Amino acid sequence: MVLLTAPATYADLVAARTQMALSLGWHIILACLGVGMPAITLIAEWRGHRTGDPAYRMLARRWARAMGVLFAVGAVSGTILSFEMGLLWPGLMGVYGQVIGLPFAMEGVAFFIEAIFLGIYLYAWDRLSPVKHLLTGIPIIVAGVASAFFVVSANAWMQQPTGFDVAHGRVVAVDPWAAMFNLSTPPQTTHMILAAFMVAGFGIAGVHAVGMLRGRHDRYHRLGFLLPFTVAAVVTPAQLVVGDWAARFVADNQPIKLAAMEGLFRTGRGVPLSVGGFAVNGELRGAIEIPYGLSLLAHGRTNAEVIGLDQVPPSDWPPVNIVHPAFDLMVGMGMALLLLSAWLGWTWWRRRDLPRTRWFLRAASLGGVAAVVALEAGWTVTEVGRQPWIVYGVMRTADAVNPAPGLVWGFVLVFAVYVVLTVATVYVLRRLSRDSPAPTAPQEHDVAGYPVA
Amino acid sequence: MPLVDVILALVWIGLTAYVLFAGADFGAGGWDLLAGGAERGRRQRGLIEHSIGPVWEANHVWLIFVIVLLWTGVPQVFAAVFSTLYIPLTLAALGIIARGSAFAFRKVSTRLWQRRLFGATFAFSSVVTPFFLGTVAGAIASGRVPPGIAAGNLVTSWLNPTSIVTGALAVGTGAYLAAVYLTRDAERAHSPALAESFRRRGLVTGVVVGVVAAVGLVVLHADAPSLFTELTSGRALPLLVLSVAAGLASLVLLWLRVFVAVRITAAAAVVGLLWGWGVGQFPRLLPGVTARQAAATDAVLAATIGAVAVGALLLVPSLWWLYATFQRGSRQEPASASDQEST
Ligand code: HDD
Ligand code: HEM
Ligand code: HEM
Repeated sequence: MVLLTAPATYADLVAARTQMALSLGWHIILACLGVGMPAITLIAEWRGHRTGDPAYRMLARRWARAMGVLFAVGAVSGTILSFEMGLLWPGLMGVYGQVIGLPFAMEGVAFFIEAIFLGIYLYAWDRLSPVKHLLTGIPIIVAGVASAFFVVSANAWMQQPTGFDVAHGRVVAVDPWAAMFNLSTPPQTTHMILAAFMVAGFGIAGVHAVGMLRGRHDRYHRLGFLLPFTVAAVVTPAQLVVGDWAARFVADNQPIKLAAMEGLFRTGRGVPLSVGGFAVNGELRGAIEIPYGLSLLAHGRTNAEVIGLDQVPPSDWPPVNIVHPAFDLMVGMGMALLLLSAWLGWTWWRRRDLPRTRWFLRAASLGGVAAVVALEAGWTVTEVGRQPWIVYGVMRTADAVNPAPGLVWGFVLVFAVYVVLTVATVYVLRRLSRDSPAPTAPQEHDVAGYPVA
Repeated sequence: MPLVDVILALVWIGLTAYVLFAGADFGAGGWDLLAGGAERGRRQRGLIEHSIGPVWEANHVWLIFVIVLLWTGVPQVFAAVFSTLYIPLTLAALGIIARGSAFAFRKVSTRLWQRRLFGATFAFSSVVTPFFLGTVAGAIASGRVPPGIAAGNLVTSWLNPTSIVTGALAVGTGAYLAAVYLTRDAERAHSPALAESFRRRGLVTGVVVGVVAAVGLVVLHADAPSLFTELTSGRALPLLVLSVAAGLASLVLLWLRVFVAVRITAAAAVVGLLWGWGVGQFPRLLPGVTARQAAATDAVLAATIGAVAVGALLLVPSLWWLYATFQRGSRQEPASASDQEST
């Protein structure tokens, strides 16, 4: 069986890559909400149960209702990904499918747990005792975090392929556990899981910040803002530390990717850190340089050697003008969100309240968008930075693609469906956030009149 | 037993569960399409939404399970099937997206035009998706997916007599199972009129599916003679007999209004057909490729089987709890649930 392939045309290869990026980039947003939102909802439900505060109970119901929609869309947008692994990249899966199969099989189990308990959580709300109902939420959280771990560990293997031997184009010996727990797994999975909580936390808080800007300063909106924002604000500093860990990993194990991230063309010692700028003819122009920054960040010494793109032929270079700006964008968003979190932390410490200026709410209403931008930029760094390899150093993307003609038309179709899906999802979610009003009467002590299912 | 056979058995169990549960969810979507105008169909749609709402996502995961086990256990076969059949599989994937999201959107929509639009999308994709998945089964069964990447014909591999029949069969079995399951759900919800209408549909669909299956055998005789021989005289014969007997018994039970037992016989008819195909084709997965030749390494197979076994310890009780929770009578009647769902 010949398993090495070549694309039918170059356009088909581009179409396949764009289709994969589009459907992953779409799914990942929903997936982050799927990982982060159950925990945030459950905290609200738990506070509501402990204090009897109707605002918390109402928030839990409303968030659960949105979660029902988000999970459905997340599940189906994830399904097409597992199809696309075969539809678009049969060359990868035919040879290495078995090497990354184990985490995906475990992910299947996690999806089951998630879907089962979500069905119970959403639809049996009024049939279970409050404590029992709270407990049914816990498997959703565990399974969500676990599935993020499993799928990213498969991706980590593509960055750092280990645990297999190849002879004559066939995989002959596999250690699936070694493949799953490759060196890239710990930083990448941790970074991803924290990102999911940031996206969900800043995202939900942003929706309620918009409500407050429109003049709704009731307890419901305040708590709806503070609770998710706090979760995200606690995660943010940790995320920067983990991001640094990820960068050191890349510096040690994927030096060419690091060079592309930093726009570093020439190997050298005492290398500055370049922020911004654009690569033209083999050099980075217009960047702000921080002396010794890169040597220090990547290897912890001011005179450490950092490998540049000149170590490999240009045909092996990732596109610098995508990877470098994407990296700056991610780091920039991370810093901005850290500042935003610190701002609230400061006023809370001083006077147990939100900052008085409306600029805080204006900034916070964009927090969710900023987190999503960082998320997408991060994946772009990871995935585009790995090019031209689909499995780093082992298999090229062009050798993995489906050689069938007409992938371009498949992409056009998928693209059209995603446009419609995006419009419909945004429309439905916006209506959902508007239509059922917050409880206005303080004597309204129960929220059973707002069934979720 | 070689480990790859264990994996293939797991794949087939997953496929069976997918057809029995998710297949019926697709069928229910089809009945949603035929339920009539907004006013007339309201009670039926209410029952359908009530029945599949809590469970469809879990039922859907069986498909993911099957796909993942295929690429882990027999990677070359997975690559061959998905690359040659990329057209029907892309269409099926898009159908799955349209269906799941439209169902969720309809649930939270209040205005009539929205409910109509999302409802129509949900119902329409519920019919097309199983058809495309069925054509894929037909392509494999009739040996039209050769080994190698995109080595088969991109069009005739899934547009051929066997594929058309299996596509129709997939749509029909889903509709039939749904009618059978919904009859009992309606009865439990004390809606005798609904139960009666689903019973009538069950009877008609049962006969239609029987006829399609018979036509299928004739087509197979011409189109995939070796599978036909296995089914009619080889190892698979007992399963075919089981399928036919259970199918006939279901019609009788449905006629007699024994709505609980007919769930079992109807499922048995479908199981017989699926396992008949599996046993009839085993160990040949693709032309010239046996299970052993395509198998992943033993280390992978063993680890995967172990992971699935541990997973099963968690999943079986959870699944049981899910179905038990929603099969027990509820406080809300489906008709009133459909009145309330807009709140
Ligand atoms: C386990 C597998 C896996 C996971 C978890 C991800 N990816 Fe990926 N991605 C692939 C497997 C993959 C791939 C199939 O291997 C691709 C196709 C071509 C390639 O080189 O890698 C790819 C390509 C790819 C590209 C195109 C790169 C290029 O061709 O230049 C982008 C932008 C992304 N992905 C983005 C993402 C996003 C936003 C993800 C978050 C969910 C993500 N990837 C997770
Ligand atoms: C190649 C990459 C990926 C594939 C093949 C994939 C596949 C899938 C599939 C098939 C589902 C649906 C399961 C169901 O029916 O419930 C799903 C949902 C999900 N995925 Fe992904 N996924 C990928 C990337 C990711 C990443 C990177 C994350 C990390 C955060 C993730 C997290 C989730 C979560 C949490 C869910 C369930 C929650 C929800 O539906 O919103 N996935 N994915
Ligand atoms: C100063 C802050 C940050 C640094 C130094 C940093 C560093 C990195 C590095 C080096 C990678 C590439 C890893 C690889 O290719 O293996 C990466 C990937 C990524 N980043 Fe960041 N990051 C930061 C902030 C953030 C923030 C705020 C988010 C999202 C909210 C985020 C989300 C991601 C994602 C989703 C990926 C790809 C998947 C992964 O590797 O887990 N990052 N980051």
